[in-house]
Amino acid sequence: MKDAHVNLAIIGAGPAGMSAALRAKQFGLSVAVFDEQPTPGGQIYRDVMRSRSQKLQHVLGADYAAGKNIAQPFLDAGIDYYPGSTVWRVAPGELSWTSKSGSGELLADRILAATGAMERPFPIGGWTLPGVMTAGAAQILLKLDGVVADDAVFIGCGPLLYLIVNQYLEAGVKVRALLDTAPGTNWFRAAKHVAGALCSPSYLMKGLKLLSNIQSSGVPYYSGVESVRIMGTTKVAGVHWNDGRRDFSLECENVFLHQGIIPNINLTMAARCDHHWDDLQACFRPVVDPFGRTSCDWLVCAGDGAGIVGARSAALSGEIAALAIMHDLGFLKAADFRRETVPLLRLRRKDQRIRPFLDARYLPLARFRSPTDPQVTICRCEEVRREEISRALSEGCPGPNQFKSFTRAGMGPCQGRMCGNTVVESFCADTGSSPDAVGYYRLRMPVKPVTIAEIGGL
Amino acid sequence: MFRKLEPSTREVSILVSGQRVEVPANANLACALLAAGVQLTRVSPVSGAPRLPYCMMGVCFDCLATIDGIPNRQTCLESVREGMIVEIQDGKAQYMHEASLGDYE
Repeated sequence: MKDAHVNLAIIGAGPAGMSAALRAKQFGLSVAVFDEQPTPGGQIYRDVMRSRSQKLQHVLGADYAAGKNIAQPFLDAGIDYYPGSTVWRVAPGELSWTSKSGSGELLADRILAATGAMERPFPIGGWTLPGVMTAGAAQILLKLDGVVADDAVFIGCGPLLYLIVNQYLEAGVKVRALLDTAPGTNWFRAAKHVAGALCSPSYLMKGLKLLSNIQSSGVPYYSGVESVRIMGTTKVAGVHWNDGRRDFSLECENVFLHQGIIPNINLTMAARCDHHWDDLQACFRPVVDPFGRTSCDWLVCAGDGAGIVGARSAALSGEIAALAIMHDLGFLKAADFRRETVPLLRLRRKDQRIRPFLDARYLPLARFRSPTDPQVTICRCEEVRREEISRALSEGCPGPNQFKSFTRAGMGPCQGRMCGNTVVESFCADTGSSPDAVGYYRLRMPVKPVTIAEIGGL
Repeated sequence: MFRKLEPSTREVSILVSGQRVEVPANANLACALLAAGVQLTRVSPVSGAPRLPYCMMGVCFDCLATIDGIPNRQTCLESVREGMIVEIQDGKAQYMHEASLGDYE
């Protein structure tokens, strides 16, 4: 499909990407959607169209099943959809993609990055051991094939962690323990956002129910966890932790970690649109206007990739972004654009009322974002330890990007996805600078590792 | 240990480090490897430490394996196919190259 042309190319088939595609298609734009997974849904609705037993449907819950209400129309709409495809380059008016069945270039008037979120790196001792996964990964295993781990220890904080523990309990899977790292001091930060949370009673009730189910389930629950280390040499053997008063330990084979989610910014960073540090969510996000327009006129961003908003608002931002693109390309008159977007913006505002509360309540402790133990691995790919930041600083390393040449951190196959945030926050911790001053890795195309053959095969 | 909550309705066989493994048809490869009790998918090229899938969503690259002769494939982005050949990604640790799955169980 070299030299093929569409009005809108969308990267990511999660709630934002699918909703944007549906809107744009409905208004007559030519649309192409690229997604790395074989089926639509993104991570929140991963493999949502798979047929499942009643029991598994029940375990995964109604909020997950609701993804079908977007995925089914998306599949039925006759949208040019490229599952199992990786977009490895975006540029003004064009992109390059590759898949098992071939690769190509596509010309596009606008590109919508709906690349979603990833779990915040949780660098603690032993987090690279086989047997350690993210809580999101545990949930993906459940969604994909009903795969679970018995007697696992869950560590961290945030709604997703409590949700997966609930899903395990619902499935009758024994949970060894939940180590809750949500800092008690966060209540002070969260207090001023309580009014907003109270305006979202349905979210609030869901959250309280998740927590109360866990408390009443008999699963050993440890709150106020302040430091954690995973033990083992070639695989997980157990967990040691401290709650500020005493030490604890448990033997286990599987550990699931979670410290909230952050935007997956590799593509927007490589596109060189402006990003800024979000203090409340403790992550970089692209600078966007309310419609998702970035500082690059050819690139628009929707969903969690533009800052964490959750599935419902992600879908709304997808629609809003599609309308803005149609307006900017001349498919939609200003008056129609306003009429269409006003109710969507209102819905999103309403849906976001609880967000500041959640962000404040579940902001991970500083030491879980920038480890204090010098021996902790911060870059999983190149196995760079925390102490190497202090060493690099003493040798004159000015920031995260130069840290790559000092240590190779961020230069492995994950291209800094698993260490970027940690390195930035560690530089800030050691120098007293702000993340915006310290900056991020300078990311470049290809956005994902591709072979020379894939590039040459164009 | 990972297990499936429900038995699969249809299975296909794949080769993992030379050993035949029955996995659910259309399964995600990383998920199938974990459910089959595979103990590592790659060893780190830096220290030779064993690794298994970590994120399951394409960002951590710890699930890299050689699939049908092509190295550095993210198994969390692959679906299984009958006869698929999966080899442990051995990084720079050449001694792991000939290792069979059985050695790690």
